[in-house]
This record gives sequence, structure tokens and C-alpha cells, in this order.
Amino acid sequence: MKNFLKYLATKPLRLSIIVVLVAILSFILVSFSPLDPITAYLGYDRLQISQEQEQVIIERWGLDKSPPERFIAWTKNILQGDFGTSVIFNDPVTLVIGKRFAASFWLMFFAWTLSGILGFVLGAIAGTWRDSIADRIIRFYAYTLASTPTFWVAMILLVFFGVKLGWFPICCAGPLGVAPEQVSFADRLYHLALPVLTLSLVGTAQIILHTREKMIDFFQSNHAIYAMSCGEARFGTALFHGLRNILLPAITLQFASLGELFSGSVLAEMVFSYPGLGKATVDAGIRGDVPLLLGIVIFSTIFVVTGNLLADLIYRWVDPRIQIGEATG
Amino acid sequence: MSAGTFKKRQAFSMGNRKRATILSVACILFFAGLYVAGFLLDDGGLRTNFMYRNQPPSFEFLFGTDWLGRDLLTRTIKGLCISLQIGMLAAFCSAVFATLFGLCAATFGGKVDAAVTTLIDIVMSTPHLVMLILISFAMGGGAQGVVTAVALTHWTRLARIIRAEVLQLKNMDYVAVSARLGKSKMWIARKHIFPHLLPQIIIGLILLFPHAILHSAGLTFLGFGLSPHNPSIGVLLSESMQHLSTGYWWLAIIPGVSLVLMVKMFDILGNNLRYINDPQTSQH
Amino acid sequence: MLTVKDLNITFSRYYNSFSQTTLNPLHNIDLNLSAGEIVAIVGESGGGKSLLAHAILDILPTNAELKGTIQFREKLIDSNTIRQLRGREISLIPQSVSYLNPLIRVGKQVCRAARIGGLTKEEARMATDAAFTRFNLAPEVQSLFPFQLSGGMAQRILVAIATVAGASLIVADEPTTGLDPDRVTVFLDLLRMLADEGKAALLITHDLGAAQRVADRIAVFHGGTLVEVVKIADGSEVDNLVHPYSRALWEALPDNGFSTNGSSFSSHRHGNDEPLGCLFVKNCDRAEHRCRITYPDLVPAGNNMVRCLNA
Repeated sequence: MKNFLKYLATKPLRLSIIVVLVAILSFILVSFSPLDPITAYLGYDRLQISQEQEQVIIERWGLDKSPPERFIAWTKNILQGDFGTSVIFNDPVTLVIGKRFAASFWLMFFAWTLSGILGFVLGAIAGTWRDSIADRIIRFYAYTLASTPTFWVAMILLVFFGVKLGWFPICCAGPLGVAPEQVSFADRLYHLALPVLTLSLVGTAQIILHTREKMIDFFQSNHAIYAMSCGEARFGTALFHGLRNILLPAITLQFASLGELFSGSVLAEMVFSYPGLGKATVDAGIRGDVPLLLGIVIFSTIFVVTGNLLADLIYRWVDPRIQIGEATG
Repeated sequence: MSAGTFKKRQAFSMGNRKRATILSVACILFFAGLYVAGFLLDDGGLRTNFMYRNQPPSFEFLFGTDWLGRDLLTRTIKGLCISLQIGMLAAFCSAVFATLFGLCAATFGGKVDAAVTTLIDIVMSTPHLVMLILISFAMGGGAQGVVTAVALTHWTRLARIIRAEVLQLKNMDYVAVSARLGKSKMWIARKHIFPHLLPQIIIGLILLFPHAILHSAGLTFLGFGLSPHNPSIGVLLSESMQHLSTGYWWLAIIPGVSLVLMVKMFDILGNNLRYINDPQTSQH
Repeated sequence: MLTVKDLNITFSRYYNSFSQTTLNPLHNIDLNLSAGEIVAIVGESGGGKSLLAHAILDILPTNAELKGTIQFREKLIDSNTIRQLRGREISLIPQSVSYLNPLIRVGKQVCRAARIGGLTKEEARMATDAAFTRFNLAPEVQSLFPFQLSGGMAQRILVAIATVAGASLIVADEPTTGLDPDRVTVFLDLLRMLADEGKAALLITHDLGAAQRVADRIAVFHGGTLVEVVKIADGSEVDNLVHPYSRALWEALPDNGFSTNGSSFSSHRHGNDEPLGCLFVKNCDRAEHRCRITYPDLVPAGNNMVRCLNA
């Protein structure tokens, strides 16, 4: 128990330091950008604005100050919970991120759950009957998907299910012309289907290979040999003994792979024009919305770091050897 | 002898070894061929030809043509060649970073090690793509943006491997004996550490290619990378996005499949080289 | 009940990329075991005697090749028939608690063994409770995880698992390793009790002292084969060993004055290009020229069966 408390005290501290360092580093990086934020924002319209209008924008964005001054101002504001105003959405960054993340959350949640379950089951099957035909097929699938770009999978699904078969919508989070607030739940799911499928297909690859490896290891362990000597068949050994031994590492891996999930969602959202955080990231990057871009970098880092922390905590929480061992010893 | 000491050994016979070598050579030849083809191909196929717009794959145009009548086969080969160059350059830079950081962390230890570990944590704590977008934004986009972004984000895993490897080697008896015999650090590094590390670095580098190529394609696809005048596979796919709903499927499928094949071949090459280098590594 | 005839196990192994060797850790094993009998296989650690247990249960690693026959109740055991026998008829007591699944409560593991031994859910639960009572384990122990067990408790759990489904042949693989002398006695009494109920037990151990206290017959294992099989009368010690290796083993017992010169007797037969003679020849003080060129058979000598040309 003491270890656990010590862990609770040190780990989050280290993770917060990392978030802070990421924030500082990102700020330095964007201040190096040779892109002129005003041109990036206005595009060709820049030619049409007057000197005075430009001066107004420069002052409003604080572009007349030096980077260190801007950094201090920015840090001060952040400490007060103010991440600035998004240039392209004209809303506070926190509001934009909150809204966009709410849309992305369901996409990521479904994809995460689906790929976790699917990958675990397929990986367990492949590992249990190693070198069988099923194993070969599953392995081929996983290795191929691991070398396939996410956006291309999205495009193929879009062409096939969206355009050719017409089963699913090819764009957006709701029907065209309907305000986002009025989209029904069913409609939302319907529009989520293809992006979720994309992320699930790509996400399974890693978890399949990992689970398969662990299952093969398990079948070489004393536990498996003993279970089989007690009369368990291969299937029973896997089901009664193996699954529970490899589940924990799989869950941990799944929590630790939130970064890849986020990256995948950026690409999938772009292909399907899904108005989530991923699309906002790309827009912010292309149109030079520095406050939003920095906000998203910090937010996504917190997202990934929280995943890692949860992975760690679950490991400690679920494994009886650690849980009871620390409580009694 | 207890059951615990049993480790199923992957059968590793001459046959497998030969096969791995042949596969590796085949992959290398393929990449070399692709590279040369990309240079030798004249720009004829890239010129617009409104006589043959949107032709599906046929004997005349093996991969079909696009909305401007350009030959997709030529564009794909050129595109693969560009993606290959970008990916290799980025992976190479990444491997240099990894070696540098890994070696420093393991050799100097202490504060340097802590700093490198923190740096690795930082890079790994942000979603790759977000980091890529940020860096390529900071670089002002373009090819150099893609290369820098990929190079700065992909070195972490290899750096960890190298760090662990060096730490392990440092504790080997023969290294300790050399130090006792009064050999200089440089001598030990040159004679004992580096020869062991080199294959690891080369294989790590080759296994970096697939990631580098995929990520640069992704970044380009999102619009951060190369301009349409420099059509890598990412650009090709990005452009084909506008024609997805028209039924010109080959525009998206064929360059994509070629990209997947190329990435997969790098994977095969890397894994086979690792196999040849280390017979103990069981391949599943 | 169990008859092993001319059993050979070979491993092919690649020790680097280009060369392979065959190891022959077990050869020319003949053994039979009847109901109510305990046979102990005794030999030094690391000699490969556990492979015999693994061969009987068909849980050898996949690169092992097995020659010879194993019969159970006059029926040949192969990889198909063994599936019906494991747990139900033949069961294993492994070396240590580390063989139990660390993430499942032990009560559940005993119950599971009963279920796959062919009992219904209700019967299995009752059999589990009965087994816990029988082996002197408190009911609370059922809800413990393996890492929470003491050495003695773990031992009895392993016995409970081996017997809960009513197996008639028990193979115990080094069951007393790491136990203190009192626990060893408890375990040996338990094994005797099971044998007296009509079960057959194969006790594989490096501890000749423990073996002679409980076994009906002792088979001395050396260099991958049995060099001597000796019957022992109830309660008496073995003092009539003939083979020089068995004698050395016997003399090394504490009661007999530890009179060993401390040399290790391990000698494995590697592959087919090894010399043909007796495998103990390098350590034997009675070795003659013929011992180097002739491989001895297991032949009767007095009341024993001995694999020595000088017997």
C-alpha cells in the first residue's frame, strides 16, 4: 500500500512536468515558424486589407511583441485557464476543443472498444492455434494492416461502402442542412460507422500481434503445460487459463495506445470531413491558428498521458499479486 | 530438467536462411529498380493529354489515366520514388538522432541519461501526427518540413534499443577486462561497442523506413507536405480524394496498393535481415 | 497398470545457424507399474528423469521425438488416447506451486480439475470441498491465490488437484523439492495412503532417502536410462544395491556417511556418434576394457535388475 501511495504521489508529478515541457517546446517551435500568421489566416484577402486593419490584427494577436514576452503573456493566461481565442473559429480555444472533442470522443471510444475486443479475440485465436490456417490468415491481415496508411483505408471504405454500395454516408457528422444540435442519435451513429470502422480495422493490427505473442508465450509456460496435463484441451486451456493471464497486458496496451488512436482519428476525420478535434488540428495547422494548435497539442498530450497513467493504474489495480501482495505485505 | 527450461525453438535451417537472404536481396533489387526507374522515366506520361482523360486500366494504360489524361503508371512510379527518397532521408536522420542520443545516454549516464529519457518521454507523450503537424508548421511546410518532422519524432524507439544495448555491452566481461587493461574509452567504443551496435542500427534504420514513409505520406495527404508539383504518393492520393465520388476508383486504389506493397517490402527486408543477423530471434 | 517399453526421447536442436545436433536424454527405458504400488525413479537433478513424466502425459515440447511404447491398462497411449486419460486416469503432481495459474483462486482450480475430470458442476463442487477436508486444508484456503499459500499448503493443493477426479495413476515430478523434512514426511505418508487405496504412483525424485521410505521399488536413473531396479521390503532400507552408481548414490546419504568423493556423475548420451560403452565408465572404479566398448543390458542380478557388465 505504501508503494502505491508513493506511486500516486510521484507519477502524476512526472507526467505534469512532461505536459509543461511539451507546452514550452511547442511554443518555441511555433515561434520559429516562417509562416506569416496573417497571410495564413487571410490568404489572398490579405491584399485587400488596409495598413490600419493589419495593425489592428497585429496588436490583437500580440505579434508586435518579442517571442519571450508573448510566451510570458501566454503562460500567464493559461494559468488562468485562458488558452486564447481561436483565429479560425473565433471562439475561445477551450470551447472549440471541448466541442470538437465531444464529437471525436464517440468516434474514438467506439473505435477503441471495437478494435480492442476484435484484436484481442483474433490474437488469442491465432496464438492458441499457432501456425494453423486461421493463424496464417489473421497474421497476414495484421501485418498488412500495419503497413497500410490509415487515410487510405478510410478512402477505400468510403469508395466501397459509401459510393459504390451507398450503404453509408460519405461525409460529416449528420445529414446536410441539419443543425448539429438537431441530428438524431441514430443519424449520428450512422455517420460514425465508416470512420469507426476505419480506425477499428487499423487499430486491431497491433493488439492482434501483441495478444498472439502473449498467448504463444503462455502456451509455453508451466501453467499451460500443467493445465493440459490436468486434461484441459487447447481451447479450454486458452479460455479458462490463458485469457485471464493475457487480458491485463492487452488492456494496458490498449490504454497506452491512445496516441495512435488520436493520430488515426485526425486522418479518418479528414477523409470523412467529420467535424471533430482531428479535423480542427489540421485546419489549425494549415491556416496558422497558433492558439488553437498549441491548445490541441497540450490537450492531446494530456489525453495520451492520462491513457498511460490509467494503463499503469489498472495494472496495479487488477493484478491480485500486486493488489493483495501490497495490502498484506 | 523441468518443463520451464523448454523453449520451443523455431526451426532454423539452411532453407530458411537461404530464403531470408533471397527475399532480402529481392527487396533491395526492387527498391533499386524503382529508384532508377523514377529517374529514367521521361516526363511524357506526366504531360496532360485531354484525348485520354479518366481512362480505366487497360493494356494501353496499365494503371489508367487521371482527370488530366496523365498516365497513372508513370505518376505512381515517380510518386513512389519521391516517397522513397523522402522516407529514406527522414529515417536516416532519425537513425542518426537515435544513435547519438542512445549512445550519449548510455555512455555519460546520470543527468545526460535523465535528460534523454525525458526527451523520449516528451516525444512519446504527444500523438505522433499532432507532433508532425506542429513541427511541419514550424518549418513552414514543404519537403523539408516533412523530413524534419518525421526525423524528429521517430528516433525514440531505436534510441531506447541502442541505450539498452550499450548499457548491456558495458557490463560484459570482455569490455570490463579491456578497461582494466588500460584501453582507452575510444578504443573500447571502436573495437567492442560499435561492431555490435552497427547491425542493430542498420536493421533499426530499415525498420524505420515503413513508419517514415507512411507518416510522410499521411502528412502530405493532409496538405502539410509536398506541393502538387512534386507529386509523391501522398499528393496523388490527396488529389484523388476529389474524384472519389466519381467512380474513378483506380485513382485511389492503385497508388495506395503500390504504397502498401512498398512499405510491406521494407518490413520484410528489415525482419529478414534481423533474422539473418540473429538466429536466436524467433520469428512468429 | 502402466507399462513402458524401450522408451527413447531425442531432441533435435540447432546450436547455431548451420549445425544441429540430436540430444538423446532418455533411452532404453523399460518400466512397469501396478495398482497399489509406488515406484520411485531416483537420480541426480538435471538428468532428464522428468522427461519420463512428460512423455507419459504427452506434454513434451514439440521438438522432442519419442520412440517406444507406453501402455496404460493394456492400451497403447498415443496423443489421441492420452486426451481422455489426462486428469481422469493419469494425473501429474508438478514440482512447485509455480505451475498453478497465479491469477485464479485455488478452490476454483481444484474445482476446474474435477470438472474436466468428468464430474458435473455440483459433483465437482462437492468433490472440491471433500478434497480440502481430506487433505487438511481449511475451507478459507479455497479463496486464496497461489502466491498466498505456504509451501505445505501448496503441496496439498497440488495433490488435491491430482486426485480430485479420481485418477488411478499419479505421476509426481520432484514433489519434495524445497520442502522441509516434516513436510516431506507428510507428503510421503499422503502418497502411501493413496497407494494403499489402490492407486499407482510414480515418484520422480533426486532424494533416495525419501524414496526408500515410501516406495515399493526403486529405479535408479543415470545417464538417461535406468541402471538398476530394486525391490524393497516394507519399512526396510535398501542396502543391497549392486550398480556402482547406485552404490555411490546410497553412500552419499547422510545416514551412510556422505562418503562420496564429490565428483559429479552426470553423463549424457549425445547423438549417435558417442562411444558405445557403459555411460558410467569414467566414474567407475571397477571399469574394465569391455565396459568401454559394450553397452550393458538390464539383467537380473540377485533380486535386482542391473545394467552392469560386472554384476
